[in-house]
Amino acid sequence: MSKADPNAPRRLALISSKGTLDWAYPPYILASTAAAMGWDVGIFHTFYGLTLLLKEMQTEVSPLGNPAMPMKMPFGPEGFQSINWPIPIAMMSAPGFGALATGLMKQTFKNKGVASIPEMRAMCVEAGVNMIACQMTMTVFGFEKEDFIPECTVGGAATFLEYASDADVQLFI
Amino acid sequence: MTPLQEDKTLDCSGMLCPMPVIKTSKAIKEMEVGQVLKMIATDLGAPADMQAWARQTGNELVDSHKEGEKFVFYLRRSK
Repeated sequence: MSKADPNAPRRLALISSKGTLDWAYPPYILASTAAAMGWDVGIFHTFYGLTLLLKEMQTEVSPLGNPAMPMKMPFGPEGFQSINWPIPIAMMSAPGFGALATGLMKQTFKNKGVASIPEMRAMCVEAGVNMIACQMTMTVFGFEKEDFIPECTVGGAATFLEYASDADVQLFI
Repeated sequence: MTPLQEDKTLDCSGMLCPMPVIKTSKAIKEMEVGQVLKMIATDLGAPADMQAWARQTGNELVDSHKEGEKFVFYLRRSK
């Protein structure tokens, strides 16, 4: 897949290494935008980023370990919504708190007009983004190609490096 | 000066990044070369992003201005 043609479009090579709701956004936002600008785009999904390729994708987020995450309510009057709730760390680890935080963030994003992660991924696929699944991670975590969306291809480090060596922008996320 | 006449209008009000850019890209691809797309957005990042998108794709940002809370862009498909 070498970019030998000097008139070839610009290329963006991304590594998506995190599968949480918050960290799923940056690679898919950049990839879909680059594709909309006529760029050639590839995302190498590795480690936890690999789970974003699952047919039944379930992204979650927790304030535990993310101390800078604003904890705000997506409903109620404006003054109420602007309160950044101080959540004790012990409460963050309570059963169901992760699901609550995930629900609140999804609702906030929806209210503000941000597309959901499944929508973002679909836009990337539709725009022809090269969705690469890391074979090593698949073997380690026990995933099969059939677990993933059919549009993805499977490859390893050499596959990504060859693709990235001709890229104008490369980012590890 | 003749006022710009759009061939198609795309309202991206209420959408945040990257939707205005992606919807614009899709809409322009469905138009003929030379036709003008009027795009309306409320995303505060849209003015900078639409300029970058036009430079990167080679399409022409003919005009952009603010109408109240909304940003209005006129984009001509150039190739």
